[in-house]
Parts: sequence; C-alpha cells; structure tokens
Amino acid sequence: MLDDFLMRAGLAGLAVALAAGPLGAFVVWRRMAYFGEATAHAAILGVALALGFQVSLFAGTLAVALAMAMTVSALAGRGLAMDTALGVLAHGALAFGLVAVSFLPAVRVDISAYLFGDILAVGRAELAVIWTGALAVLALLLWRWSALLTVTVSEDLAKAAGLDPARERLVLTVALALVVAVALQVVGALLIVAMLIIPAAAARPLSRSPEMMALLATALGALAALGGLWGSLAFDTPAGPSIVVAATVLFALSRLAPRRA
Amino acid sequence: MTLIAARGLGASYGGVVALRDVDMQIDAGEIVTVVGPNGSGKSTLVRALLGVVRPSAGRITRRAGLRIGYVPQRLAVDDRMPLSVARFLSLPDRRGRGEISAMLGRVGVPGLEGRQLTSLSGGQFQRVLLARALLADPELLILDEATQGLDQPGTASFYELIEDVRRETGAGILMVSHDLHVVMAASDRVICLNGHICCQGQPHVVTAAPEYRALFGLGTHGTMALYQHAHDHDHDACDHSHDPDHESGHDPDHGHAHREREEPAHAG
Repeated sequence: MLDDFLMRAGLAGLAVALAAGPLGAFVVWRRMAYFGEATAHAAILGVALALGFQVSLFAGTLAVALAMAMTVSALAGRGLAMDTALGVLAHGALAFGLVAVSFLPAVRVDISAYLFGDILAVGRAELAVIWTGALAVLALLLWRWSALLTVTVSEDLAKAAGLDPARERLVLTVALALVVAVALQVVGALLIVAMLIIPAAAARPLSRSPEMMALLATALGALAALGGLWGSLAFDTPAGPSIVVAATVLFALSRLAPRRA
Repeated sequence: MTLIAARGLGASYGGVVALRDVDMQIDAGEIVTVVGPNGSGKSTLVRALLGVVRPSAGRITRRAGLRIGYVPQRLAVDDRMPLSVARFLSLPDRRGRGEISAMLGRVGVPGLEGRQLTSLSGGQFQRVLLARALLADPELLILDEATQGLDQPGTASFYELIEDVRRETGAGILMVSHDLHVVMAASDRVICLNGHICCQGQPHVVTAAPEYRALFGLGTHGTMALYQHAHDHDHDACDHSHDPDHESGHDPDHGHAHREREEPAHAG
C-alpha cells in the first residue's frame, strides 16, 4: 500500500491536517499568525544548516524553528512592539535561510521543494517521521488541552486557578516548531501557516465549542489535503499550493454557511 | 487564620512605581475592601496577590494550596473562539451539568448555559464570572470591581450573595470597589490605597481618617451612616496599626487619630 507515492502523499497530508487542526485553532484564537510565519520561515535556515552540516533535515528544521519560536516567545514576554519585531524576524529568517542555502552546492538543493513542499516525493522513512511528529503534537495538545484553553481565554484567570501561563505558552511554542518541521516537506515553509490558519478559520462559523472548532479544522484540513492532491493530479499543478487552494475554497464556502455561534 | 499576606510589597511598571510598602493580610471569613482613586494601584495589588504581577519589593505569602476564586474587572472575549457559558465555567476543571446550572441560578442568571459568552450583556457576564469563581469553592475570593455593569438592585443582591458566601463557606473575601457606600456597609475592613496604604481599618474608622477624606472628600462620611449597620465583628478588625516607620511622610497625628476612634468600637 505504501509503495504508491500517491498513497504516501495522501497519508502525509492527513498527518499534517491532524496536527495543524487543533494547533491552528490556537493560532487563530491567540493571534499567532505572524509568530507562525517567523517560525516557519526559520525552517529554511534550518534546511541550509542541516544540509551544510549533513545532519537530518527534520532535526535541523526542528532545532532552528524551535530556537526561533523561543526567541519570539521571549520577545513577546518583554512587551516589544510585536508586529514589527515579528515582521523583522519572519522575513529576516527567510532571507538568511535563502542566502545560506545559496552557499551550498546547487546540485544538492532544490530550494523550491522546501519553500513550496514536495509532498509527492515523501518516502516511507519520511512518512514515519511526519506521522510521529504529528501524533506527538496531538498528544501534547490533548494532554494540556484544558490548561491551554484557560490560558488562552485569560492568563489572569489561569493564574488564579493555579496554572502557569508561561508553561502553557511553551507547550504551544514547542508544538508549533514540531508542526513546522513536520509540514515542511508537505506544503513548504511559505505555506505552513496557511495550513494552520485557513482550516481553523473555515471551521469557526460552523462551531459552537472550542473542541468542535479544533475537530472541524482537522476534518477540513484533511479534506483540503486530499482535494488538493487530487487537483494537483487532475490539473497538473504543484501539490503544496494546490492543497492551500483547496483549503481556501473551503474557507470561502464556510462563509456562506449560517453562523452557528 | 491568615490566607494571604503582603509584607513591604512594591510593584512597578517600566520604572513607574505603582505600589510601595504595602503591608496587608486577609484572614478566613473576613471581607476586606480596597478603595482608592484611579491609578492608585488597586488592580496592581490584586494582580500581585494573584501572582500575575511580580513584586519589585517585599513578598507575598500564601497559605499552602490556597484555592482562589477571581472575578476580574473585565475580560476581553472576542468571537474567534466559540465558547458557551457552560464550557467557560468548566475551565480549567470540569464541572457537572447540575453544578453549573445550580450556580448560575444562584448568581441570578439561570438558564444561560448554552449561550455564547460574546452574546451576554455586561451584567450577565459579571455574574457568570462570579459563578466561575464560586465553582472553584474558593477559600479566598478576589473581586476586582466586580459589580461593573450591574444595575442598583443587581449590585445590592451581588453584595448579599458575597455575604452569604462568606457566612456559608468561611471564605476570606478581597474586593476592589468604587462603590464607596455599599463597600462601607459590606466590609469588615477597608484599605484605602493611593500607591501605598493611606489608612486601613474598620469602615467607620477609615472614613473618619484625614487621608481618606483627602482622597474622597467629606461627602461620603455623612451618607455612610445610612448604610452602616451593626456588624458584630468577632475578630479584632481594626488592624491599622501599620508600622509608623512607613508613615514618615505623613501627618504625625495620623496614627493617633485612628486610635482615638478605635476605642469605642472595642468597647461596643
């Protein structure tokens, strides 16, 4: 079954949707879109370093994405003007990454595979890494679910209830870095945030509870992944962007539905 | 039994001192109210006691494992997250359906379980916040301007409910309020705050203090008599014997004035 590249691609897409659904809901609730961009763009720098030092791509992107997410998180705690700071970090990270990649021998690097994903080239080993990462994110979010929701609604209420907002923020930071590392090959660094935000935003008008929104985001993300793959084959379009196009179409359709809450 | 205490507490934001030299404590079963003008550090004091604001000086000691119920001044909820009243009341700890519906009835908004938080009026929202705080079965209940958005009868029944909670559960209660008249009637002890503690003690003592009058004018003193009813305080409530060393910048008569007025209270 896993011999078929299309089957592997579909399973990779589903794994990303599984993790990106609930995490994307938090990205929407907590207005972390730019935070996500900075982390995702840092992954390109991670790719350059991993290739340069000949370590695993997953480890390289995870490490650099995590470092970036931690940096952004620390800056947020100091109350800097966040949109500006994030704008600098997000685009700075991308530019540094692209420049760093240019130092590598050109034959070894097809940069567009990392910018836009290369889901059709996902092998068995990569599929295993993607699923492991996605399930880890899901387990992390499920474990901290109630605390994460409380901190998102109000850090003061969370603190009064004996929770530690800084710790819950760290959980989201780690989850975000993991999703970036997992999704890099599927949709690429430039479109990872799209897979976080668009399904969650599409789920919002159809949901009456945070849990429902997270579940629907996963379902819509999965639909977008499979629909995008199909479209990519049918119309011979690039797979990563096709998945995001499918998600965006679903988002537009969701706006037509009567708002439930 | 002391639930929480601050000693020499100071807090500042970006170099601006919001609080200094605050010594206070809240015991089980007492209602303490903090009054003060805008920018006097009332909310900072509350947030420091909650542990949200890190003190820049002094320290806060809590009884180990203290359960706190907190009603914030306001809570910004936007409609990015779909959140019903029932789900909100179950954050972070799950509450049973019956428990939730009983508590909503108790705070005067029965049947709101299924409503989205964003659809509530200001008054309904404040009551839901109170319900959430009470569901935690708090040993210390902290209310920061909790009656905002409530009409007059709503405010009155709100304070009655607080009084009931204190009587039934023996919880200590810390309120921040602008509602001077009601505060004076409902509190065992009043702390008058203006960056530091100007004066504290029983309501009638504080309203007579020159520091209080300087902040709030004389007018409230007269109306207070209408509201002050005979609370029988079984504890030694008038704890305004704060260290005179802290009062160096103050009118030297200050401590004396307090003591003078304290005596009849003890005799009675």
